[in-house]
Amino acid sequence: MTTDKTAMIRIRGLKKDFGDNHVLRGIDYDIQKGQKIVLVGPSGCGKSTFLRCINLLETPTDGEIWLDDVKVNDPATDINKVRRRMGMVFQRFNLFQNLTIMDNITLAPVKLGILSKEEAKEKALQLLKRVNLQDKADAYPHSLSGGMQQRIAIVRALEMNPEVMLFDEPTSALDPEMVGEVLEVMKQLADEGMTMVVVTHEMAFAREIASRVLFIDEGVIKEEGSPEDFFTHPKNLRLQDFLSKVL
Amino acid sequence: MDSISTQFYKAFIRNDRWLLYVKGLGNTLEVTAFAALLGVVLGTLACLFNLQRSKSGKRTIGSYIAYVYIDVIRGTPTMIQLLIMWNVIMATSKNKILVACMAFGINSGAYVAEILRGGIQSVDEGQMEAGRSLGLTRNMTMLYVVLPQAFKNCFPSLLNEFITLLKETSIAGAVGLTELTHAADQVSSATYQYMMPLLGAAVMYFVVVKILSFLFGILERKLRESDNR
Repeated sequence: MTTDKTAMIRIRGLKKDFGDNHVLRGIDYDIQKGQKIVLVGPSGCGKSTFLRCINLLETPTDGEIWLDDVKVNDPATDINKVRRRMGMVFQRFNLFQNLTIMDNITLAPVKLGILSKEEAKEKALQLLKRVNLQDKADAYPHSLSGGMQQRIAIVRALEMNPEVMLFDEPTSALDPEMVGEVLEVMKQLADEGMTMVVVTHEMAFAREIASRVLFIDEGVIKEEGSPEDFFTHPKNLRLQDFLSKVL
Repeated sequence: MDSISTQFYKAFIRNDRWLLYVKGLGNTLEVTAFAALLGVVLGTLACLFNLQRSKSGKRTIGSYIAYVYIDVIRGTPTMIQLLIMWNVIMATSKNKILVACMAFGINSGAYVAEILRGGIQSVDEGQMEAGRSLGLTRNMTMLYVVLPQAFKNCFPSLLNEFITLLKETSIAGAVGLTELTHAADQVSSATYQYMMPLLGAAVMYFVVVKILSFLFGILERKLRESDNR
């Protein structure tokens, strides 16, 4: 049933049930390399579930997810290998509480044998410099503000050299004055050509960086378009209603 | 009735009886230490197996074994477990210390497993998800991220378990091991007086518990470093 083999991520007939609750009811979508896809929609619409299905943090009930020529949700696929190629940033940061910032960033590449300890540290320092947090390498997550933690969570994901970054409401748990610093880092990433899938409520941000914006409601994609069309000429009634509330 | 000083003399000084307490205390500490060690190792393994699920969400065989172990040990008296170990399972062994270590260690493991389960479940699920999202396996994330936090979370309960263990070794006299309580009992039998020997033993248990709590306090503060630096 796949048609476009050139897309980096191909999602076909994706369904996800939690018991009797049909959260995703059949989603088909292609994500091209370098695209920035922004998912918006009312809470509980399934946008986070959709994102979490892409790296299999949620196991789809039905459908297919492809990353290049690898079927992500094939039981024979080594999901850990696939996940190395997809960075994820969570709403609640999820930095490892028992480890310093440096160890947070270097744990995965070192333990997985991708980088030596020295290489990992050097790379981590470079990335920390990019987000202006190089002086926090020896701190523990608890001592940092939410904005700092989230920037470090982004660095931790980048340390693995991912081909795509998944953002699950990265600014929703932040105090308002810290939202900007995180969005700034994400904008940088977008400018560098990173493929990104972002669930967010920051409409101005979506409008600025998105290649395509998706409106998900009742478990399906109700509208999809360029940010310009999406925000200024929404066709779907539910989207019009949604935008009138959030804009 | 002897005067207090005479009682004290009979209970501790005469015939070098204090040596008996020292020997008893030594055995008590030895059994407690090794049983605690065995308990932590067994408990950690039992806990991890107990939580293990197959891809379809069902218990694995290892998980069933761990579950039955925890269930049976917690559901039967320690005394009976000790007697079974001494008279049945290790009936050929004459090493009472070893038998006591095994019995109490296996017993403690079941409780440690449950304490640790609570500790693991109190760690935010996001920690495991973050590890998995980076490509770390479940076991790696468990080892490097979740377990260290779980141990820290259940530190007070673990201390409690070790204190209980220390005092529970007092039943090892039932298989003839001269631990602290049994030593006090022997002195009582020899001198026909009970207050001084038993009080003496009680004080020694109390002091050991205090020292243990103190050491755990230091350790706990060190572990909490990551919370307030």
